[in-house]
This record gives sequence, structure tokens and C-alpha cells, in this order.
Amino acid sequence: MSGSISNSEIKATRDAGELTSLLKQKFPRAVLNFHAHRSDETVVIERDSLHSVCLFLHEDSRCAFEIMLDITAVDLLEMNMNHRFEMVYHFKSLTHASRIRIKVPLNEDDCRLASISDIWKSADWYERECFDMFGIVFEGHPNLKRILMYEEFEGHPLRKDYPIDKQQPLMELKEIEERHTYGREL
Amino acid sequence: MDFLLEIIMTPAILACLKIAVIILLFAMPLGTLLTLMERKWSAMIQDRVGPNRANIGKFTGNGLLHIAADGLKSIFKEDTIPKGANGFLYLIAPFFGLIAAVAIFAIIPIAGPIGNFTFQVTDVNPGLLFIFAITSLNVYGAVLAGTSSNSKFALLGGTRASAQMISYEVFMGLALMGIFMVYGTTRVSGIVNGQNEYWFGNLVPMWGIFTQPLGFILFFTALVAETKRAPFDAPEGESEIVAGYFLEYSGMRWSAFMLAEYVSLVGVAALMTTLFFGGYHVPWLHLWENAPQWIVTILQILKFTFFTVVFCWFQIQLRWTVPKFRFDQTMGLGWKKLLPLSLVNIIVTALVILTLA
Amino acid sequence: MTDMTTLQARTGTSSSSTDFSSSVMTIEIGPAHPAMHGIVRFTTKLDGELIVEMEPEIGYLHRGFEKESENSKWIQVIPYTDRLNYVSPLLCNIGYSMAVEKLYGIQAPRRAEFTRVIMGEISRITDHLTCVGAAAMEIGAFTFFLWFIKAREYLWELVEEMTGARLTTNWTRFGGNSMDLPDGFLSDLEDRLSKLESIMEECDKLLTRNKIFIDRVKDVGAISKEDALSYGFSGPMLRACGIPYDVRRADPYSVYDELDFEIPVGSTGDCFDRFLVRMEEIRQSTSIIKQAADKMPAGPFMTDERMLHYPDKKDVYGNIEGLIDHFKMVMEGHHPPEGEIYMPTEGGNGEIGFYLVSDGSGDPVRVRLRPPCFNFVQAMPLMTIGHYVADIVPIFGSINMIGGELDR
Repeated sequence: MSGSISNSEIKATRDAGELTSLLKQKFPRAVLNFHAHRSDETVVIERDSLHSVCLFLHEDSRCAFEIMLDITAVDLLEMNMNHRFEMVYHFKSLTHASRIRIKVPLNEDDCRLASISDIWKSADWYERECFDMFGIVFEGHPNLKRILMYEEFEGHPLRKDYPIDKQQPLMELKEIEERHTYGREL
Repeated sequence: MDFLLEIIMTPAILACLKIAVIILLFAMPLGTLLTLMERKWSAMIQDRVGPNRANIGKFTGNGLLHIAADGLKSIFKEDTIPKGANGFLYLIAPFFGLIAAVAIFAIIPIAGPIGNFTFQVTDVNPGLLFIFAITSLNVYGAVLAGTSSNSKFALLGGTRASAQMISYEVFMGLALMGIFMVYGTTRVSGIVNGQNEYWFGNLVPMWGIFTQPLGFILFFTALVAETKRAPFDAPEGESEIVAGYFLEYSGMRWSAFMLAEYVSLVGVAALMTTLFFGGYHVPWLHLWENAPQWIVTILQILKFTFFTVVFCWFQIQLRWTVPKFRFDQTMGLGWKKLLPLSLVNIIVTALVILTLA
Repeated sequence: MTDMTTLQARTGTSSSSTDFSSSVMTIEIGPAHPAMHGIVRFTTKLDGELIVEMEPEIGYLHRGFEKESENSKWIQVIPYTDRLNYVSPLLCNIGYSMAVEKLYGIQAPRRAEFTRVIMGEISRITDHLTCVGAAAMEIGAFTFFLWFIKAREYLWELVEEMTGARLTTNWTRFGGNSMDLPDGFLSDLEDRLSKLESIMEECDKLLTRNKIFIDRVKDVGAISKEDALSYGFSGPMLRACGIPYDVRRADPYSVYDELDFEIPVGSTGDCFDRFLVRMEEIRQSTSIIKQAADKMPAGPFMTDERMLHYPDKKDVYGNIEGLIDHFKMVMEGHHPPEGEIYMPTEGGNGEIGFYLVSDGSGDPVRVRLRPPCFNFVQAMPLMTIGHYVADIVPIFGSINMIGGELDR
């Protein structure tokens, strides 16, 4: 790519946005890193303070992030990082017309973190999807089970070490027990 | 020859012959034709072509052969019985509806009498009460099919059907009370002849629709609901409970349900014609004094058929124009709006008759 | 807390005093069910006809879009995006291409952007036509559905004219479009839009004031602003609740800030409001298309940045740079710079956001789609519990669930 693009990238990355400074000031220990690549404000925080940061983002009037847009994870297996996963949260504030991305690094041997489904209800299914696809465990989630894959599925398909052409045996037809009863004995 | 005629003219055999003729030459053909008519007419409404592919060689009859194709297909289809179904009830359920639908034609005259010979299977004394009795038989078909299929969707459909039909029967009877009061009889021939009189000289025939306009609307609504046609087809509820009570049926038994629907559609149309549009009487025909009997009879049959077809068309048009009611809205409409209205109709009719008398 | 209290208000019961022991019937609605579009299952518990419990189960159409994308080249993802939302494929095409352009830090030429706006709005109209029509069909207005499908057909012919395919469009590229406007496209467009307008007028007469229809959809499936936000709603579903959030206006992308359009909002967030919002959005999109067609600038439809597209054949055969570029494009494909971006665009039924991570190696590390209807299906229990079983149909119809994008 042309040189001009790369230069502006480096410059943008070092600028701390308003929200970033606010978070840095409020949670000085939690904020590990930040950047604003392509003007997407991004704050990397450590795992244990995720829930309090999210609560702050939701409740505080300076943030007021009403919508939790997306939760996903990135498997960094091939990227030579010292952590395996990165949780990525996207938030949208209608009041301030701003967006923010929160990232949480996770290690492979201990990929569990707090659920935020008590703050935003939309987190419920997104966390289930992350659990399904990456095997990340969300503590305090009310109903953490697979969502897109079937329950008998083994492994987590979006991990980089799950081969794309791997086949799993088809499951037998499950008999639903209360069939033919019209729920009489319920 | 005389001997043969004598046998034919014995009441029992005559009745059987009439049944055969009316059912086989009027109700059933019209019912089966309606299956095509409905598809063609809806296609016309919706800017489509409609079925036109079934053919013998080059002959398609513009879709006419689809009737035969559909019939043949359902005859040769496997007659499945779901696991856990109550076999006997499951097998007989479709025919209740069909019997009830066909039985309506027993009391409907399609032309005026020639001497002793009537164009009506039987002119029973209770007349319309017979219709109420017969249409209430209809509910058994739906309920038995719903409960014996061992399917939850069918069960829901069966309960919906029974609730809807039982409650609409209530004011179906009440809606007709006005007619009984105006013409002073429950006999069908009496009502039909009563409609052959005129108001204002020879200007307006005393048809049911003019003497009982509200009763007409109420009775028509009740009949449409009774036959479970759209917009009252919550028992079938094709989008939420798939097909309702006949969900599990296939082949000829499924066709029996469909046929029952279309035959009762014809039945409704014939009944509306008989009760509210002067039956077979051609209006102002009495002005032609020396009309030959055979011309009069043919004109009467044509008039009766014409109005029946118009009402069939109207029901089809209705189905493809409006969305359908939710089940509780159907019940609410029946009990909260139509029932009080039919009571009001009775009272107003009674008052008018009293003041005029 | 909010949803529990509203549920109790609707069912008229409190959770402690309700005894479901004798009357609850479990019924599996879907995946093979006419109203479920074949790809979702609701395990529903009914008390008579009232829904007391419901659990959606999704994943029947999971094809591993994200896994496939991570194992493809950047450009090879575009055909997959056609299959995400199969009633408005172009919006996903555009969303993905704009995301990669953001990753590159480039913008497509203005002519390409205007063309994208036109095609995107056509797709939005087809999306809304399908959604509104199908929802109406499922509550019995079959004629309405087929009239809308007729209108959609006119628009899909335009899409075919532009992209060569009706559904599998594969039309955008990074830094522009694969094709320029075909000859006579703008006059065709005008003709089709006037046809669409007359159909809309007819359908309006048929349905919008129909008492039966209003009874079926009014106060059905209503959701409050707070719940809608908490569930992450976007698009027409959120606007029907009264929140004017539209990505085209909130975070203007492409050339939407140069175009004049209104954002219709509802008030109660029930199915009727959703219907009205979608109908109005069709009209707004029509006006956007007309404005964009009027303002259509001349110029290239593809960026002239190197290594984003195949060089001209003249250069390939004529000079060494062109030849090398062509060779590298064929052998290695695109190399977006290292970084991560999230690109929100307004899809047919909400915010389509692509989250892309690139390590600069030419293979995507992560291609993530934020599916708008994921949230809607999640909120199905909240919207349906306490209603009749027949209300599942209009509610589910109004959320416009698209399996391809829900399950990916």
C-alpha cells in the first residue's frame, strides 16, 4: 500500500480519544492499551475489570452506551501473541453518537471471563455464540449452552486449530419424550 | 312404460332419484368446479395465470383437467394413519363434514313444482331447523379429526373448530328468526313462495334481502364462519397451526375435507339464494301471463344457478381480499357483536310486524 | 425486571400464583412449519391458546460463513456475503466491500458510491417488500403478498440488469464496483420506480386501513424502547419503537450525507408500527434513489489505486509494472494493511456490521458479521409470551428473520 496510508495509521493509533481518556482516568489499572485505528476507538482492558468497565459504560452519563452491538472473539493462534484469544465488544451510544470497542485478552488455559448479560440482554446470545464457536466460558451467564451448533458437537469450530474440513458424525434422531401425550402428565 | 313410470313415481324411489340428480348433477359438479374456479379467480386477482398445465395431448381446457388430475392423484395417494391415532374415528371423520355439506341440498328447491312433482328432495315441515341440525353435525367431523389424529396442531384446530362452530350456530338460528317472522313459516317452500310477492304494486319483490337486510348480513357471516371459510378460517389456521384438524390426512380422505369445504360453499350459496333472493322465483315473471311451463322451469333453474354461482364467487372474492381473523377475534365478533345485533334484529322485526298488522 | 413485569401484566398472572401443572401443552413450532421459514424452532408451551413459555432454537442454516471466510482470500468472501441476506444481497456486498475499504483506508470513486447507494436502496426496498408481503400473507392477505412480489420482480430485473444475477450478485469490489451502470439503466430505473409507486398505492388501499389487518397487528408484539435497546435492536424494529437510529444518518457512510431523506419512526413498537415504518421506508428509499440518479456524477467506477484491482490489459501487455501487478493480483490477491476495523452499514433489517481483522498477510484473520436479526429472534420470547399462538405469525413475520444472516 502507498506510504501515506501507513503514516496516517501510526499517527491515529497514538491519539487517545475522549472516551479512552475517561476510561484511563476511571480505571487506571484496567486499561492495558488503546488505539484508534481508522478512528475506531479501541480500549484493551484486563479481564477481571470487564464487568465494572461495562457497567460504567452503560450507566455513566458521559458514556451512555445503550446498545451492546456485538460480542465476538478472535483466535490469535497464528499471530505470535502471548495470549490466545481476544474478546471484542462493540458498543454504540445514541446519546453521544459514539462508538467504542473494548478488547479483553484471554489465555488459552484459562479462557473464562465475566458475563455482561445482566447489563445488556443482547449479550446473552452473543456470549452463547462465543462459547459455541470459541469455547470461552462466561461466568454468571444464565444459560450457557451451544446456540448455532448442536449439543453433541465436539470442539469449537472457529478456533484456528479446528480443521475446516473436519467432519463430525451425524447424530441419531432424538425422541422427544413427551410426544403423543398432549402434555397430560406435565 | 307406464309400469316403469309408476315405480319411479313412488315417493321413496323418487326421493332417491332426486337426491342422486341434485347431488350428482348440481352440488358435486359445482363443488369440484369451484376448486378450479377458486384457483383461477384468485390467479386473476393476483395477476397470475393459474393452473393450466394438465393436459391430454394438446387439450388443457384452460386448467379444467386439473380437476381430474387432482382427483386421480388423491385416489392413488397413500392413505396414511399416524402412529398413535385412533384408527376408526380417524378413518370416518372426513365423511361427517361431507355428509353434512351434502345434506343441505335435501331441502333446497331448485325450481318451482310442476303439478305434483317438486324439484326438491323433501319439503319437511321444520324446514330450516333441519339445516341447523345438519350443519351442527359438521362439527363432529372437525372434532373427531382433530382429536383422533394424535397431533397437537390437529388438536388445537379441532378445539378451535368446535368452539367456533358451536358459538356461531347460536346466532345463526337467531339471525334467521326474522325470516321466520316475516314469512310466518319455517317451511322452505313457504319462505320461497312468500318471496314471490311484491311491494309497491309490482315494483320490488319481497325478497329476504329487502325484508331482512340485517338478517341477511348476519346469516351470511354466520354461514361463512360455520363452513370455516376465510376470513373465519382460524380452525385451519394454515400459517400457525399448519392445517388444523385435517393436518395428518392424506389422499382421498384429505380430498373429502376439501370437497366438503367446496360443497358446503355451494350449499351456503344455494341457501342464501333460497332464503334471501327469492329462491327459484324469477322476479316479474308473473307479468308474462301465458308463459309455457317448461320455459318457466328452465328460467327458474337458470336464475337459481346464477345466484348460487354469484354467491360462490362472492365467497371466493372475500377469501382472497381480506386477511383472516385471529381465533379469539372470531369468537369476540360472534358473541359480542353479532349476537346482540341478531337480538336487535328480532326485536325490530317484531315491532315492525306488530305495527303493520 | 422490565420484561417480567410486562409479561405478568399481559398474562394477568403473577409467577407465584400461576399453576401450570395441568393445562400446559408443549408444542414444537418449526423447523418444518410454514411460518418459520424452515430454519428456526420455537419450543412453545401453551396454556390453551396463550403462550406461557417459549424458547427459540436457531442454527439450522449454519454454514460456517466466518470459518469459510477465514480460510479464503479477502476477495473470495464477497460471494459468501451474497448468501447472508438472501432478500437483499447487495447490502451485504456493499457492507463488506466498504469494510475492506475502511481497512485499506481508501474510498471508492464518487460514481461508484452513488451507484452503490442506488443499488443498496433497491435492495432495501426488495427486503422490505418481501418482509411486509410475507408477514401479510401469513395472516391471510395472500393477494397483497403476490402484488408485492410482482413489485419486487420489477426491481430484481434491475438488479439483474446491473449485476447479471438476481440473487447471487457478487457485484462490489474493493474500491469500486465490478461493473458500471449499463446503458439505459437510469431510464429503466425511473420506469420501474413509477410502477412500484402505483403498486404501493394499491396495496396501501388494500391493507393499511383494513380493520381485520389492524386488529391482527395492532398492540401485538409490542416492545418498549428500553427493552429494544437492551436487546440491541436496530433498523426498522428499533425505529418502530420510536428511536430514530439509522446508521445512514447516525454514522453517515458512502454519500448518504449528501442525500435528503426522512427517518420514519413509530411510537409503540408493535407489529403495526413496524409495518408502517417499513412501508414509509420504501417510499423514502424511492426518493433516495431518484436523488442519487439525478446527482450521478461522471467518472470512473473503480479506484485507480494499485493492487486493488486487475490492471488494464493494455498495461499488462504493455509495461512491466502492469504485468507484475497482474501476476501478484492473480497469485496473492489483496493485502489489506494490518489492523482491525468495524464498519457499520444499514442493512434491510438493521445494522450490518463487519468486524475485520487483518494481519497484512493477505488472508483474513477474522471476518465477523454482526447479524441484525440475531437480536430480534432472541427477543421473541419477550414479544410473544402472553399473546395467542396465532400472534407468533405476525410477530415473527415483522421481525424479518433471514436465516442466512441469522445462522451464517
